[in-house]
Amino acid sequence: MENEERTALNTFWHNLRAVPVDLYRAMFRGGAPVTDRTRSSFVFGNVFLHLHSVRTHLWSLRWTATMGLGIITTAAFLITLVTGVLLMFYYKPYPDVAYQSIKDIHFIVPTGRFIRNIHRWAANVMVVAVILHMARAFYTASYRKPREFNWLIGWGLLVTTLALSFTGYLLPWDQLAYWAITIGANIAQSPREITDAMGITDLMDIGGLQREILLGSDIVGEESLIRFYLLHVMILPIVMAMLMAVHFWRIRKDGGLAKPADVNERVSVSQPEHYPVFTEEPKKTYQLAAVVKGRTPAVGSGPENTVPSMPHLFYAELGILMFTTLVCVALALVSDAPLKELANPLVPENPAKAPWYFLGLQEIVSFSAFMGGIGIPMLCWIGLGLIPFLDKETEGTGEWFGGPGGARLTLWSMVYGFATSIAVEAFAIRFGWLREWFPDVPQLVITFLNPGTVITALYAAFSIWALRRFNSTRAGALALFTCFLCGFIVLTVIGTYFRGPNWVFFWSPADWNAH
Amino acid sequence: MTTKPKEKPSRFDPEPLPRRDFLGLAALGSMALALLVSAFGMLRLPKAAVSASPAKKFEVDLPDALPAGEAFVPPGRNVAVFRDAEGVYAISTVCTHLGCIVKALPNGFECPCHGSGFASDGAVTKGPAPKPLPWLKVSARGNSVVIDEETTVASGTKV
Repeated sequence: MENEERTALNTFWHNLRAVPVDLYRAMFRGGAPVTDRTRSSFVFGNVFLHLHSVRTHLWSLRWTATMGLGIITTAAFLITLVTGVLLMFYYKPYPDVAYQSIKDIHFIVPTGRFIRNIHRWAANVMVVAVILHMARAFYTASYRKPREFNWLIGWGLLVTTLALSFTGYLLPWDQLAYWAITIGANIAQSPREITDAMGITDLMDIGGLQREILLGSDIVGEESLIRFYLLHVMILPIVMAMLMAVHFWRIRKDGGLAKPADVNERVSVSQPEHYPVFTEEPKKTYQLAAVVKGRTPAVGSGPENTVPSMPHLFYAELGILMFTTLVCVALALVSDAPLKELANPLVPENPAKAPWYFLGLQEIVSFSAFMGGIGIPMLCWIGLGLIPFLDKETEGTGEWFGGPGGARLTLWSMVYGFATSIAVEAFAIRFGWLREWFPDVPQLVITFLNPGTVITALYAAFSIWALRRFNSTRAGALALFTCFLCGFIVLTVIGTYFRGPNWVFFWSPADWNAH
Repeated sequence: MTTKPKEKPSRFDPEPLPRRDFLGLAALGSMALALLVSAFGMLRLPKAAVSASPAKKFEVDLPDALPAGEAFVPPGRNVAVFRDAEGVYAISTVCTHLGCIVKALPNGFECPCHGSGFASDGAVTKGPAPKPLPWLKVSARGNSVVIDEETTVASGTKV
């Protein structure tokens, strides 16, 4: 009788009924993450999770270690990715048609407005988070050896984020988009300000070439729109994804987050709420000394003060992902993404303002196209990239405002950074600048001597003072970084709230009509 | 003095450039060359040889009653045309700073984007503009005038 039941047909039925369970087991081979071993295999057995370390240091899990800013940035990127793909169902990258398709998305497509709002807010959240994340990495001196290269990858990610935002708001082909492309392309052309002054534009027209490559034509039109579309939906996201992969990978390869040298005296794993270290005796030991890099071989002890990444790290990350989603969705519900009038190549808006994160730039561009649009930003960017190679001290790594000078110097730099930029701006707004006093002043003088360059020079001078005062490169870096952050805030606020028609200073937008 | 007999080359004492190294270097070199050439080729593509753009030369009929110093903006063009006792002249309304369109006012031009100001002859009076607004070539054709946006003329040239 038993043999009769083991017919092929029975086996078939048996196997068919077992498909769901077998499929589940084939996908998740490790079993439930309840022991050290299964918690480990949960991480390295999963392609999406295995960029994480199996165990995470308690120091890195503290809320104040990172404030979750990197994960917020990543989460915002994922949200823009999903919503962006959805928007591509209806968006058509052709002048005027593009505008109509955004209108369709806004007014006709089911959930279209909601999805576009989320996309726009997630992009804004990403810009804020990536700047704060950079500030966190800087103020905890996390760029130091062996993390110099990862700081540079982050440096690239910052620019890619801003480039994605810029190419994004060009796509609706409304007034904002059209004039932003025009201004952006002319900033790319602004090296002509220098080559013209030197009289070599006919020989070497770098600016003109940059503009032509960017626009694909000598006017802003269909060629330009398709180029910015290609950058926004294909080239930049690929660059972003690749840089992010390297960024995450390097965090782990560089030994997790930066930690103070005496970190193990500061945290203890004995807190009862944590899953304990090593519940089981290791059954085997391996000779890893030749493979594992590090200063302290962990002889006779487990990995110090670490807890399994599953659940401690992953639940924290999941929480931040949900928090970011909540913020983006909530903002999308209360505030619509803007859509101005259809692009009009004959009449710019007055005032024609970029999104908030570029208004600081617009403010210094209103002093000089080349220095404001290319010179000073390049200086800041190169300076940021050089930080890990210029500050090789070890004091204060992994601690907030660590290093000589510390929080006190940061506070004073903040005061100086705000005061200087506000004072120079107030002077220029009240008394004008060189052109108003000496109408025949050569352009090259204005290019190199304008409120933007003056603020930059004052910041550099303060940084050199701090460097000498504390006899420390870290102190110089703290002063300079803080100053530039404050300058960015001041210029952005002035550009956003205090500039009206014709970029004239107004105390309040309510006074604009008087003009 | 005796010379050592030449030993058979072994993998511990290899010839100066082993064949394997040579082949490896050749492979790497050819790959680098191919990448370089293709990179240049790929960079060549986005720079169009011919770009479509509207005609830069156009004919316009000026209104009969155009007071001296008052700008006439031909529809769809970024040019301000003036007529006074000495003749007709045209000034580009594209800001020399970053390409916004300046507004013609009775006493000059104003740019809405970054606050540049120009006198009525196009000279920079304030703001970041590096150069004066260019005067464009104007030629008479019967009762109307032809304006060439691509050809600039010296400031003060009136036809």
